[in-house]
Amino acid sequence: MAGEAASGFAHAGPRFDPKWLIIVLCVALTLYLGVVPLGFLLWQSFFTPQSAAKAAQFTFGNYAEAYGSADTWILFGNSLKFATGAAAMSFAIGTLLAWMNERTNTPFKGLFFALSVIPLIIPGILFTVAWILLGSPKIGLINLVLQRIFDTDAVFINVYSLAGMIWVDGLHYSPVAFLLMTAAFRAMDPSLEESAIMSGASVLQVAARVTLPLAAPAVFATLLILFVRAIESFEVPALLGLPVGLQVFTSAIYQAVHRYPSQIGLASAYAVTLLAMTSVGVYLQSRLSSSGSKYATMTGKGFRPRPIDLGRWRYLTTAIFLGYFLFIVVLPFLVLLWSSLQKFYAVPSMEALSRLTLEPYRTIISYPNIMRSVWNSLFLAIASATLIMLVTSVICWIVVKTRLPGRWLLDNIASLPMVFPGIVLGLAIMILYLTLPLGIYGTIWIMLIAYVTRFMPYGLRYNTTSMLQIHKELEESAAMSGASWTTTFWRIVLPLLKPGLVAGWIYIVIVSIRELSSSILLYSPGTEVLSVVIWELWENGQYVELSALGVMFILGLFVLVLAAQWLGRRFGIREL
Amino acid sequence: MLTVKGLCTDYLGERGQAIRAANNVSFDVPVGKLFTLLGPSGCGKTTTLRSIAGLERPLLGEISVGDDVVYSSARGVFVPPNQRGLGMVFQSYAIWPHMTVFENAAFPLRVGRKRLSRQKIDQRVMRVLQTVDLQEMAQREATKLSGGQQQRLALARALVMEPRLLLLDEPLSNLDAKLRERMRFELKRLQRELGITTVYVTHDQSEALALSHSIAVMNKGRIEQIGPPREIYERPVNQFVADFIGSTNFLDATVSGAESVAGFYRVRCELGEVKAFAHELLTAADRIVLSVRPEDIQLSESRPEGENVWEGTVDQKVFLGEFADWQVAIGERRLQSRVHPSLRTKAGERIYVSIDPEKCVALKP
Repeated sequence: MAGEAASGFAHAGPRFDPKWLIIVLCVALTLYLGVVPLGFLLWQSFFTPQSAAKAAQFTFGNYAEAYGSADTWILFGNSLKFATGAAAMSFAIGTLLAWMNERTNTPFKGLFFALSVIPLIIPGILFTVAWILLGSPKIGLINLVLQRIFDTDAVFINVYSLAGMIWVDGLHYSPVAFLLMTAAFRAMDPSLEESAIMSGASVLQVAARVTLPLAAPAVFATLLILFVRAIESFEVPALLGLPVGLQVFTSAIYQAVHRYPSQIGLASAYAVTLLAMTSVGVYLQSRLSSSGSKYATMTGKGFRPRPIDLGRWRYLTTAIFLGYFLFIVVLPFLVLLWSSLQKFYAVPSMEALSRLTLEPYRTIISYPNIMRSVWNSLFLAIASATLIMLVTSVICWIVVKTRLPGRWLLDNIASLPMVFPGIVLGLAIMILYLTLPLGIYGTIWIMLIAYVTRFMPYGLRYNTTSMLQIHKELEESAAMSGASWTTTFWRIVLPLLKPGLVAGWIYIVIVSIRELSSSILLYSPGTEVLSVVIWELWENGQYVELSALGVMFILGLFVLVLAAQWLGRRFGIREL
Repeated sequence: MLTVKGLCTDYLGERGQAIRAANNVSFDVPVGKLFTLLGPSGCGKTTTLRSIAGLERPLLGEISVGDDVVYSSARGVFVPPNQRGLGMVFQSYAIWPHMTVFENAAFPLRVGRKRLSRQKIDQRVMRVLQTVDLQEMAQREATKLSGGQQQRLALARALVMEPRLLLLDEPLSNLDAKLRERMRFELKRLQRELGITTVYVTHDQSEALALSHSIAVMNKGRIEQIGPPREIYERPVNQFVADFIGSTNFLDATVSGAESVAGFYRVRCELGEVKAFAHELLTAADRIVLSVRPEDIQLSESRPEGENVWEGTVDQKVFLGEFADWQVAIGERRLQSRVHPSLRTKAGERIYVSIDPEKCVALKP
């Protein structure tokens, strides 16, 4: 028992060992963050709204209302259709790209991995807004261009529809599928396929009898991850679905809270349902990955398979890739850039070209809340990243290095927020601090709590990867040299964890800066963050100012990601 | 049976530059023989094997199996690997984890060009499983097999279609030492019994010596020497081969002159004047390297008769069970010698060293 061995040494004197203070604090914080909001959410879903006149009462009314109405079943259907569609679309695109990159001689291979950072540098809300400017029936550029070409006034594409939502969300997250499927392709021993070829099987027979059955667990796991992510998606359903009355659970929760009077009980009932769906997804996925070990075959020295020579088909795959790149990066960014250079939004024309102006940039820089929201975003990102990485390093030390009973529970509790969709977490935390009179509600601290809770599982994952690589003897020899646990942790464990700590810290900074779905329920005047300002600009119809802010935001995130990758290379980390 | 002529292959390095993996590799394997490509990692042996299989496309050269040319750069022929009809065992065995033992072995019969009846397939699979002693495991999941069993299954799968040529890519390297030794005998017995022409790739010299009819020692993409195991071991053509096969003592030397018997020379080295043997013609003042195998160094407590005798002291002794390795100091120079464990001279005591002139092999450095 590493814990006891180390403590035995420290307990030689009667002094108080700060080890236990640190451990107890970290465990308590994790338990508090992971469990309490969930409990309150469940509790609240069984109560009537509290008002000055009447105390809250126990009721099944919220669920009765939620499930008694036919609307809920439509909601349920929409959520399923949307999430399934978006997951299937991301998967199809991502798998095709992963195959092209890993197994064929399609050119532009360097660009493929640039794709992986796109969901990071283009936040969902900006991507959605950009696609509204491209695909809305009235002002969408793609429609206008096609109408000009074919000389009609028919609407070619309409993003304000279920198909449009699936398209935008599926496209935005296809790089995630690309990364997951690339990992799956790489994990497979190429000699499994080569031995089938040597047995005389044709390309199709190899694919049908060897490659696909072997890839099945990875495929299902990827689909589940994409499904859970899509069902948690907030920006796309809110911006594209709500205007045409197409609701999914996330947008329905938002509306229930923002209605007057707000129906928190109903929102909670929806949230519990959503939570149940994501939990099932995450549970199935963990089951799958543990049973998948059967397929983790012994690999040889790993000859990378020689890429398939596509011959002339190469031009087709190149075209597919360039078209994809156009849709996911070039067009969305250019349309934002164009709109940010106009005084009022206008579709591109020679006339509009003559009216290019930097006015929106001037307006946005002098926008009343902007400086405070930049400060808020940076503060929240850096504070939550630092706090998470330090706390999870202790949690992960307990889980990985000790034999403490119940440590698996700690691991699961710290990972629990993974099943919380952002909006559900926002709701749970809102309810909690509305009820608990701690004076946190309405301050920036409630958002810090939300961010720390939401991104804790990421910190844990990065730290665990690093922690597993630190041999126990490194700590034991520090203890033998006479170091206390605290000294060992500070001087030995943390420095050795540095690659994981730095990578995780940067990742959390980036995802925090773009956070919207929790913040949208928790901000109050004075604590707006950047993504909330973008949301407000959209609601106000200030498209050109929004675009100007968006362009600067994307460039800022781009610089941050570049810096992260540079740092990653310096510390020898290849994640992110 | 197998002819490889002037084979050159390139692969792309990390910066996209072409790196020569096999350089002008040529050899012949007669029907029924086991031919080994032996060399350190990165010497091009696996690339050569994969070129024969058709999994790599070489740059230049010609490969023919029997009367069929399967690759020729001059004639633009490249038969795809799935139509070459060769059996191959991979280093990782590449047993498909989603199939049973039977299904793994039956796969080549099910996907091949010619359709076989179910009965015929059953018959042939069971026969081949019997050959490798896996008949009782036929319905097991392939992942439930031990390493040695997986290895035998991979062999059965390669043999089931009765290929003209069997390709083995380091098939024993993932087994533990005991099992490897047993499989060595198994493999040899099977190959000799079936009389199947085999190309075997390994970096393990004892495996190569134990199994092969003929060995090609490769280094940096080139074949250094081709010959039967005994010849490779006893008459290495250069320092690389002598060093790679077995362990040996090297002594820098200069030729003083020829002896009356052909092939024998007097050379000067650190130990003084030595009578040595060379396969090639040497002239006086040639700089050479003497290679003396540890087991060819005779030790005795009393001075023996004959040439090449020195007096030394026992420096270090390592007891290894069936034999012992001794370091013997002659002046400043230490030689490694392999002795029978019955020799009990104590460390620091005097010992006489004698080497048969025929075993002092002079090599061009």
